Amino acid sequence: MSVGQPPLNSPEIRRLSPVLGPGHTYATVTDKIAAIVLTRPVSLGWLMGFGLCFTFVMILNIAVGWLIIKGVGIWGINIPIGWGFAIVNFVWWIGIGHAGTLISAILFLLNQKWRTSINRFAEAMTLFAVACAGLFPLIHTGRPWMAYYMFPYPSTMGIWPQFRSPLIWDVFAVSTYGTVSLLFWFVGLIPDLATLRDHAIGKPKQIIYGMLALGWRGSARHWHRYQSAYLLLAGLATPLVLSVHTVVSFDFSIAIVPGWHTTIFPPYFVAGAIYSGFAMVLTIAIPLRAAYDLQDFITMRHLENMAKVMLATGLIVAYGYFFEFFLSLYSGNKFDVFLVQQRLHGPYNHFYFALILCNILTPQLLWFRKVRTNVAMLFVMSLIINLGMWLERFVIVVISLTRDFMPSAWGRYSATVWDYATFAGTLGLFTMLLFLFVRVLPAISIAEMRELVAETTEEHQ
Amino acid sequence: MIEHRSHTYGVLGEFDTEHQLIHAAEATRVAGYIHFEAYAPFPVEGLSDALGLKRNKVPLITLIGGLCGGLGGFFFQYWCNVYSYPLNIAGRPLNSWPAWIPVTFELTVLGASLSAVFGMLALNGLPQPHHPLFNVERFCKHATTDKFFLCIEACDKKFDLAEAARFLQGVHANHVSEVHDD
Repeated sequence: MSVGQPPLNSPEIRRLSPVLGPGHTYATVTDKIAAIVLTRPVSLGWLMGFGLCFTFVMILNIAVGWLIIKGVGIWGINIPIGWGFAIVNFVWWIGIGHAGTLISAILFLLNQKWRTSINRFAEAMTLFAVACAGLFPLIHTGRPWMAYYMFPYPSTMGIWPQFRSPLIWDVFAVSTYGTVSLLFWFVGLIPDLATLRDHAIGKPKQIIYGMLALGWRGSARHWHRYQSAYLLLAGLATPLVLSVHTVVSFDFSIAIVPGWHTTIFPPYFVAGAIYSGFAMVLTIAIPLRAAYDLQDFITMRHLENMAKVMLATGLIVAYGYFFEFFLSLYSGNKFDVFLVQQRLHGPYNHFYFALILCNILTPQLLWFRKVRTNVAMLFVMSLIINLGMWLERFVIVVISLTRDFMPSAWGRYSATVWDYATFAGTLGLFTMLLFLFVRVLPAISIAEMRELVAETTEEHQ
Repeated sequence: MIEHRSHTYGVLGEFDTEHQLIHAAEATRVAGYIHFEAYAPFPVEGLSDALGLKRNKVPLITLIGGLCGGLGGFFFQYWCNVYSYPLNIAGRPLNSWPAWIPVTFELTVLGASLSAVFGMLALNGLPQPHHPLFNVERFCKHATTDKFFLCIEACDKKFDLAEAARFLQGVHANHVSEVHDD
């Protein structure tokens, strides 16, 4: 499975490179995936990984607890840089979530068979990333216990939210996205939960999986409606995922701050979101398939396809950077021209250069098949792109806010230990939830794998 | 014997492949049975046609849910920002409808998605903790794993225990068994 294996490099073999390893039947795919959850004992590696993540979750608890006691002053934010890490992390996390929806919805509508073995954990990744993302605006308000003010509810004060504000759009976009992602994920899980119910040994597991499976029994009439609902959800999630990052980009582009007030933001944010999301799917898929011997299900073809999507979206992002740069200069607006100069020569220019290196230059290696089929290289590449996309949001948020219209309003920003602790804490929360997920739910959709078995055996006959 | 019959839910036959199941479902329909159901561990292409299933109501429910979400969302914002709590910001018009489109869109998707999922579950009669078929051990073991089942139900007018069992054996079902209702 690494570079140097001659069969992988010949184009004839490559066309046949399977989405499912050979020799699988309905029973073997079921047993192999269900066994991870039902019979496999907890390994030392899992415990250590989980323990490490749990430590970071405790750091998150301390960081958020201290924030609630002291207020947002413990962070590096100031006037004029009111946004800082909280918004950088928010946009980064929500972007990561988008690849999950893209894989589960858009690739489903396009009838891409290779999505089957990666859609389940990509959707889980979406949910956990949205959970981490939602935390940041909440604690950034300073008084998170008052956050319900943002929802329209009949209050005795007789006030309603200002629906013309991007802040309220964000509340609706992110909460709708979280809800629909959860529904989509759960609907996909119902048949698999029924499988787990029927294979589980011991009352507690049978009862828990039984309740979650809602009494699913695979009736043809049920499947008939189920397929309609699933297709409709995919069709609804597709415009939704595009709208969510568009709304997130409106948070910036509705404002008049130089560097934010551009019409290119919505498409370029969406492309960036998918870019970072696919990088995160690879970051998760590569260790997952190694740890649980899933090379038959998550094959080289999957990894290579994801690398290609990363390359394509990376080029769209590069195009976005170029036009942002070009239009600022072409506009002749002196504030926009000044902002470009600040990105290149200002106090944060090393962030900008690191961003170009991570997001535009390094991914060009993906043009080479040798790199796309080298698991270790792909893993490193995915980490670099994740870092690059974080830097992108940092550059957008911080450089623009430190160099406003009036020199008297200029400022500097540096994050404090609490900013870093909160960010590291959400990384821990995200990974901890993933660790729990692979132990309690099937990380690959069993029902869809059976469909794939049926299709591939038919092709061979 | 008559007492026993009153507790019969139906007769269940097991099949090894989806093709056998489709064939059997077609044969059962042609034989004149109306109340029968096929069970498969994954959505089998062509099975709905074999059973003679028509278009279902999930898309209609989804459309209604989406319309309610979108229209309700838009006019709710209108009512909030124009009537109930008008805010004059720099003299801009109160009915600034373009600014309400993002929330209207999100609520359309939310309404449609919720109605698709809950509509599907309601039409399927789920959640349903118990079903007579769960009394059959082989069904529990294999229906969600690797085997395909067809059940001719006792509520069918044409139903006769011995005859239905013979019929299922005739279409090459393995392990034909009676399903009890208790």
